[in-house]
Amino acid sequence: MRIELTREQMEHQEKFREFVSAEIAEGAKQFDQEEKIPDEVIKKISEKGYLGSMISRKYGGMEWDSITIGLLNEEFGKACSSVRSILTVHGMVALAIQRWGRDEQKDYWLPRMAKGEVIGAFGLTEPQVGSDAKSVETTAVKTDGKYILNGTKKWITMGQIADLFLIFAQCEGKVTAFLVPRDAPGLLIKPLGGLIGMRASMTTELKMEDCSIDEVNIIGKIGTGLSHIALSSLDYGRYTVACGCIGIAQACLEQSIRYSRDRIQFGKPLRKYQAIQKMITEMVVNTDAARLLCQKAGYLRDIGDPDSIMQVWTAKYFASIMANKVANNAVQIHGANGCSREYPIERYLRDARIAEIIEGTTQMHEILISSNAVRNY
Amino acid sequence: MEKDKIKIRKFLSRFFRKRELLDDEDIFSLGFVNSLFAMQLVLFIEKEFGIQVDNNDMDLKNFSSINSISQLIQDKRVA
Repeated sequence: MRIELTREQMEHQEKFREFVSAEIAEGAKQFDQEEKIPDEVIKKISEKGYLGSMISRKYGGMEWDSITIGLLNEEFGKACSSVRSILTVHGMVALAIQRWGRDEQKDYWLPRMAKGEVIGAFGLTEPQVGSDAKSVETTAVKTDGKYILNGTKKWITMGQIADLFLIFAQCEGKVTAFLVPRDAPGLLIKPLGGLIGMRASMTTELKMEDCSIDEVNIIGKIGTGLSHIALSSLDYGRYTVACGCIGIAQACLEQSIRYSRDRIQFGKPLRKYQAIQKMITEMVVNTDAARLLCQKAGYLRDIGDPDSIMQVWTAKYFASIMANKVANNAVQIHGANGCSREYPIERYLRDARIAEIIEGTTQMHEILISSNAVRNY
Repeated sequence: MEKDKIKIRKFLSRFFRKRELLDDEDIFSLGFVNSLFAMQLVLFIEKEFGIQVDNNDMDLKNFSSINSISQLIQDKRVA
């Protein structure tokens, strides 16, 4: 067994770091305050091909392996979780099309998504429906060669800029997936703000009032919306959120070490105090453990192993809780400075908090991981 | 096809430990599987038998029993 990055993966990692340092890190505080990612940043991400990182080369994407995609999300997450979230939701839509779409859907949408000309957003959650996804209340009825959608989606990441939504609705009483272009008649988009974290993820509420789409916009078959499409998209979503959490933790760790070297109290730097050493030790070990869980998940995804699904649940569960613990320690080490906007630590803590909710709450993970364990052992 | 069925039965036994599945038994009606099962089954079929399950195969009937899964694999090999 070998646990190390290939030369190619290391080269990618270095390029990701350079890009994030030059184009994202400096602006992250401003994105958070303005609750917006500037168009030029998204354009630069597109130009680098990062929005096609998960799309097949056949459609103009990078077709990177899961470990490389994990590294990309870690580096983005280290600077700005909101910017990382565009990689997540865009990829969830692209992969749904690539995995389950018809050839015409793939040929039309994927080259555009790989170039970033079309941004995707994932529309599952509703005002009354979160974890209980099979109970979505949005409906789709087929009439005269069209599907007519009615209902409301909420907390749709990147909805403010998305060109294409993957919407889940009850069709003939079964959850089914549809592609809804931004300009579909009857689709109303309302920006939402004021989130605790990932404030620049440009979330929206989507109202569909007799929203009309062509019948060819169904993805997969009636009734496969959750079992196949949402679950394979969410698998990618969870994986990238987990890797983003490693980035949050790594950023907290590095800044805490720097601070503990520089900050002098009672005549010596903080790093000399055992209580600080204990916190830093826990941050190092937990970050490393999460990274190993993600790397195992990435490896299993790349060999198409059925166990990859549970491994991703495990990795996301640990990494999101870990990021909160590490960010909390970072605040504690920074004291009042950690509570201030002058330092990025408070943003990391707020962003980490979101990671325990999105792509499955910590509690849903506990239900699934424990029931899987009880069945297997 | 018998060899395929042995592999399919072995995989399914992880989910139906206390039950000896019959070849024509509807696995979705037994209530043992959770929402992740469908994708785990798809990944198993693709990895074990080297075929690609796509949008045209997305009929639950193709995955509902050992016999139907085995038939799907056979059909995909011929196609």
